Amino acid sequence: MPVTESLNLVAILPELVLAVGAMALLMLGVATREERGDLILWLAVGVLVVAGIFIACGEGTETLFGGSFIVDPYARMLKLLCLVGAAVSLIMSVPYWRAFGGMRFEYPILLLFAATGMLMMISAYDLIALYVGLELQSLALYVVAAFKRDSARSSEAGLKYFVLGALSSGMLLYGASLVYGFTGSTEFAQIASAVQPSGANLGLIFGLVFLMAGFAFKISAVPFHMWTPDVYEGAPTPVTAFFAAAPKIAAMALTVRVLISAFPALTTEWQQIVVFLAIASMGLGSFAAIGQRNIKRLMAYSSIGHMGYALVGLASGTVAGVQGVIIYLAIYLVMTLGMFACVLAMRRDGKMVENIDQLSGLSRTSPRMALVLAILLFSLAGIPPLAGFFAKFYVFLAAIESGLYALAVVGVLLSVVGAFYYLRIVKIMYFDDPAEPFEEMPASLAIIAGVSGALTLFYVVYPAPLVEAAGVAAKALF
Amino acid sequence: MSYSWPILSTVTFLPLLGALLVLLLRGDDESAARNARYIALWTTLITFAISLLLWRDFDVATAAFQFVELRPWLGPITFHMGLDGISMPFVVLTTLLMPLTILSSFVAIKVRVKEFMIAFLVLETLMLGVFSSLDLVMFYLFFEGGLIPMFLIIGIWGGSNRVYASFKFFLYTLTGSVLMLLAIMAIYWEAGTTNIPALLNHDFPPEMQTWLWFAFLASFAVKLPMWPVHTWLPDAHVEAPTAGSVILAGILLKLGGYGFLRFSIPMFPIASAEFAPLIFGLSVIAIVYTSLVALAQEDMKKLIAYSSIAHMGFVTIGIFTLTMQGMQGGIFLMLSHGIVSAALFLCVGVVYDRMHTHKISAFSGLVNRMPLYAFFFMVFTLANVGLPGTSGFIGEFLSLMGAFEVNTWVAVFATTGIILSAGYALWLYRRIFFGVLDKPALKHIKDLSPREVAVMTPLLIITIYFGFHPGPVLDVSAVSVEALIANFKAGLAVAEQAQLAPAP
Repeated sequence: MPVTESLNLVAILPELVLAVGAMALLMLGVATREERGDLILWLAVGVLVVAGIFIACGEGTETLFGGSFIVDPYARMLKLLCLVGAAVSLIMSVPYWRAFGGMRFEYPILLLFAATGMLMMISAYDLIALYVGLELQSLALYVVAAFKRDSARSSEAGLKYFVLGALSSGMLLYGASLVYGFTGSTEFAQIASAVQPSGANLGLIFGLVFLMAGFAFKISAVPFHMWTPDVYEGAPTPVTAFFAAAPKIAAMALTVRVLISAFPALTTEWQQIVVFLAIASMGLGSFAAIGQRNIKRLMAYSSIGHMGYALVGLASGTVAGVQGVIIYLAIYLVMTLGMFACVLAMRRDGKMVENIDQLSGLSRTSPRMALVLAILLFSLAGIPPLAGFFAKFYVFLAAIESGLYALAVVGVLLSVVGAFYYLRIVKIMYFDDPAEPFEEMPASLAIIAGVSGALTLFYVVYPAPLVEAAGVAAKALF
Repeated sequence: MSYSWPILSTVTFLPLLGALLVLLLRGDDESAARNARYIALWTTLITFAISLLLWRDFDVATAAFQFVELRPWLGPITFHMGLDGISMPFVVLTTLLMPLTILSSFVAIKVRVKEFMIAFLVLETLMLGVFSSLDLVMFYLFFEGGLIPMFLIIGIWGGSNRVYASFKFFLYTLTGSVLMLLAIMAIYWEAGTTNIPALLNHDFPPEMQTWLWFAFLASFAVKLPMWPVHTWLPDAHVEAPTAGSVILAGILLKLGGYGFLRFSIPMFPIASAEFAPLIFGLSVIAIVYTSLVALAQEDMKKLIAYSSIAHMGFVTIGIFTLTMQGMQGGIFLMLSHGIVSAALFLCVGVVYDRMHTHKISAFSGLVNRMPLYAFFFMVFTLANVGLPGTSGFIGEFLSLMGAFEVNTWVAVFATTGIILSAGYALWLYRRIFFGVLDKPALKHIKDLSPREVAVMTPLLIITIYFGFHPGPVLDVSAVSVEALIANFKAGLAVAEQAQLAPAP
């Protein structure tokens, strides 16, 4: 490809907006020395919104930079989800920083860099581009995990995340180098054409396994999940909300793209691994969450479980499966943001409380928050007619289509186990005697929780648009 | 007759509108509670009135689905509703029991009245949706969605062990249902549609039928409940508030039987014919075993709960005889049991409201203080036993007649259940109403209030009326059941031909 090829900057406008915006805000922050950083935070939200608008306006499929970067409907849909997650979790963090201090203007900027990295991950069509995006995202995340510098737990979370994250990046790189060595290219399209279904050699499979280990770490699939509960618990709550929403989606999007686009010939090989990851994640997520008392840890195990369900869709390796994954991620995003809006509102006497027993009798003390939480919890458990049911419906539909009956049966039975711990929170809120009321919910959190609850509850009325959009996005990969 | 407005979805979703109205009520005081009660009562009464139009305009001469509504919803999954002779009576049963249930809880429910009424109205919509859905996925949404309000009803307004009972109810039912969900997905990929009328005429491969049949069985057997997955029911009944027990026994249990009629038999005829003996075996065990267990109960609600399981045994026997009499009997018995067991739980609720216990040993000689109550209880007890002249007799008689045609031994063992039921029911009656009124707490117990009489009287009239004149109900379901049996036989014939045909 000639170097003089004219660059189509329009296609990468969202990434440019984010990167340039983040740098501009950094300079602004340094210049104004604004300690609380409210202005910067809202400007960062604005940058995310502008980037989102540019993404939404795009159409068609384009490859850039000599085929290492691709913009297609799949990328656009998942990028939008990531940006929504990032923007909403930024807005949710405002009341937290205001009440507890510790906010610096670097926080929104780091989130912007992380978002840039995520967008690059989703569009990556080359192992090198992939790695660059992933590391840009991860480095920003390591820092924000430890953002509360004075808190030992937050620092521990950041360090743990960094050390284990670096390990996983190493595995990923090792895998990528093996893939390169055995196929002679780092570009997905060329890897795909170099791999022969008949002659899948051992070295290549080795590389694939290492790659997948790296991905599994990023989406916190079992057995690479160990960091998740500690990081979720230790990081400041708004950061946890962000972790649970945006990076998970980006990493899952990346995993799906690599496996479907670069290794279509090895489907039977990676399918086994994905099935194992899915079952292990669903199982651990369901059983380990039962013993949790801390709501953030519980959400960590819950997210491990949910990634397991999303992997069920990927395991089928079909259009329907990828469609299921996208629907799952979209609905999971809405539910997670709503859950964390409620978790952030668990404040009493000027302190955050994180023990689920503190929710005791919430239906009496703040009925609206309890109602939203109950809707979200039933939805997370996958009970119809709430949105969470449709998420599970589409991934299992794909699994059945591909004949993965054992996976489907195990999956739905584990979802019953999972329902138990969600129900327990409903029980604490509705059946137990009231505890002291929480402080009043800040308006921004109330709106986010309310919107999330309403979307979850009323999704059943008009479910077609999301399903169709996900269908279009999924077809782009095949 | 066709309406210019979608009458079926009006009936189904009207309660939801009532729930919304209750939700919009402000305040937590007594007047808000009173408003909530009356809104709920009027909503359910209007729903009942409209559902009577359904009964009036129902064409008994056709087996086709009537009042059909079809709208696009989610690609191949459509919003599709309609009734036939099997589902229509259940819709009316639901709308009939609802206002009575709400009325019965006017006094019993004192805390969180608004939430209680909302939960019941939502539950009504979900139950009506189950009976009127003509799309498998929609059916599942309604079928499973009912768990949420019922879980809350048992858990919030239930007795002392309510948490255990509500969890057991929820998780048991969910486990059964998720397997059915997978079967629904498999059906979707096999037949390419979830449209129920289309699926009823689809011939599934025999091998697949077995799996699908068992997956559906898992769900319906838990819901019904059949032995040995019945253990959630006594717990749920004992802990649930009176209104919850009424709906549970009156309608929710019928979802399982309805599911067998609507799905298992017409869609999987080969598997149904093959595994009917399994159902007979489980049903006979259920009848004999739970009747014996009922004899040993110390708690009125638990006793009636076990008696319900036994009656559901008759229902499954009747349905799986796959004969006209048996199936008609099964349907009739479900409807009759819906009325009678609901009435019995309401009766228990009457003394529970006064004494706050449903232990049998807490009562004796009640007939001295409560003659009117004793009268109502007597009629319903006898109907539960299946005395000729009550609706219970017709259903049991027809079911057993079907059973005799198919398998004498099944009929013989099942009949012992009737004798046992007379034993436990009459013994219960003796312990509560006869004897000396020696308990000091009972010395001032009051007889039925006009409100309670108003709740019981319609049920009493229906019980007696259909005992003497079952025609209207049997006529409604006759053509649909005939079509069902014809469909079933056609399915078997197709399979036989396929077997006889030489391999290509």
